[in-house]
Amino acid sequence: MKILVAVKRVVDHTVRIRVRPDGSGVDTDNAKFSINPFCKHAVEAAVQLAEHGHADEVVAVTIGPAKANDVLLVALAMGADRGIHLVTEERTEPLAVAKLLKAVVEEEKPDLVLLGKQAVDDDANQTGQMLAGLLDWPQATFASAIEVNGDGLKVTREVDYGRATYALKTPAIVTADLRLNEPRNTALPQVMKAKKKPVDTRTAAELGIDIAPRLMVEKVAPPPDRAGGQAVGSVSELVDIIAEVAAGGERA
Amino acid sequence: MILAEHDNSALNPATAKAVAALSSLDAPIHVLVAGHDCRSVADETATLAGVDKVLLADNPVFANGLAEPLGDVLLELAPDYSHIAAAATSFGKNVMPRVAALLDVMQVSDITKVVSDTTFERPVYAGGAVQTVEATAEKIVLTIRASAFDEAQRGGNAGVETVSFVPAAPKTTFVSREAARSEGPDLATAKIVVSGGRALGSAEQFNALLGPLAEKLGAALGASRAAVDAGYAPNDWQVGQTGKVVAPDLYIAVGISGAIQHLAGMKNSKVIVAIDKDPDAPIFSVADYGLVADIFEAVPELTKAL
Repeated sequence: MKILVAVKRVVDHTVRIRVRPDGSGVDTDNAKFSINPFCKHAVEAAVQLAEHGHADEVVAVTIGPAKANDVLLVALAMGADRGIHLVTEERTEPLAVAKLLKAVVEEEKPDLVLLGKQAVDDDANQTGQMLAGLLDWPQATFASAIEVNGDGLKVTREVDYGRATYALKTPAIVTADLRLNEPRNTALPQVMKAKKKPVDTRTAAELGIDIAPRLMVEKVAPPPDRAGGQAVGSVSELVDIIAEVAAGGERA
Repeated sequence: MILAEHDNSALNPATAKAVAALSSLDAPIHVLVAGHDCRSVADETATLAGVDKVLLADNPVFANGLAEPLGDVLLELAPDYSHIAAAATSFGKNVMPRVAALLDVMQVSDITKVVSDTTFERPVYAGGAVQTVEATAEKIVLTIRASAFDEAQRGGNAGVETVSFVPAAPKTTFVSREAARSEGPDLATAKIVVSGGRALGSAEQFNALLGPLAEKLGAALGASRAAVDAGYAPNDWQVGQTGKVVAPDLYIAVGISGAIQHLAGMKNSKVIVAIDKDPDAPIFSVADYGLVADIFEAVPELTKAL
């Protein structure tokens, strides 16, 4: 089996972001960037499948600015065999990314494409599903377990009411939930080795796909502030407050 | 058109909220109930105020919410509609983007406000910012954050129409489901939520400390990701950016420090009460009422006094 895994460079999930005062967007100028946490779970899943003898090649792909080669390096250090970087400095929406990934899939012909379930910047949770639709492949989103059997996969999905397990024929799309695995950390030797792995860098424009944004972002605003709270001195004070709110009082 | 979510016997309240969310649009609302032996769900849906017509697609292939056949039937019906939507639950998030891609349009995910027929607000960066986006395509595909809207009232009387479309055989087969044991109200729709974090220390203490409090208040139990990862609570109790987003009348956070990701899931609650021993915990920045105390002393005392 050959696995393609998609990774995205995002503002690090621990950064408390700042909205630009003019409403034009989020100030990312000096923010720390890193690989989207969900993508890391997807890479880990791909590498584990290879380690268990289910995959003979893991190809990592990223779509984004020239700087995004750093997240490709993370994937390579974790164990991906080679990288593909489609360079674009434009804001790419999930639909554009899905179309570009489809082009990569048509070139590489993987049996499985792994993605994270969502990126922690745009919180869209769309790309994997869109790619599955465009390819007419089966999809298993929010995966917390992947099992390979014969000509297919058994995937357990995290859903609102608990868990559900599905059998998929490959080729298939799977998106990773946080509970799929514990991504490995990479030490310097792996990073040094990763730097020697092949990366195919091309411009996204070369593929001739229309990736212009379809949604117009009119403005970005900070979330509404909550009115300042108050410290409560004792449990008995809290009892009164909770009793009142629970009874439908408009205390706050 | 709104895709209904149900378990073949009852409608998920999130769908009633999606109906209410879109009732301000300048368009009739049709709800698609696709499932198996689910006539009762269609009849229930027809009683929602604001619903003009219910479309019933009854076929075994729709029984388990597979994205492929649901996507196919939505595509088949799409030409008649300007907006195609579902609640942003795990069900809606799974199906809708597949449909959007096949319609060659971008989806607007997790909307929290309808500004106009084409303009919507949605949170990004774990709720750290609110984006106002305009969709200019001929078709608009949306998922709706249920916690941001009230449920549609009952009292409607829409007609139910059968959809005869039969989708192609999917390449996915349903194997099994495992519902987490959940006594008491549903986390997503509960009026009161009692939520615990890593400070609870163990699954036993989590249940021993928070169970009686939740029971006394008729509340649903929730948990931070840290508590879930540590095995103190099941996954589907997780409140946060990647878990459930809730907005109850009262949210009681016990031993939760308040990471950005957690706040994203609960900061639109009407009243937030936090109990934690660390006075600098970020949770106190969103709490209306904060008590700095040892949770193992304060919570039993609170439960007893209520």
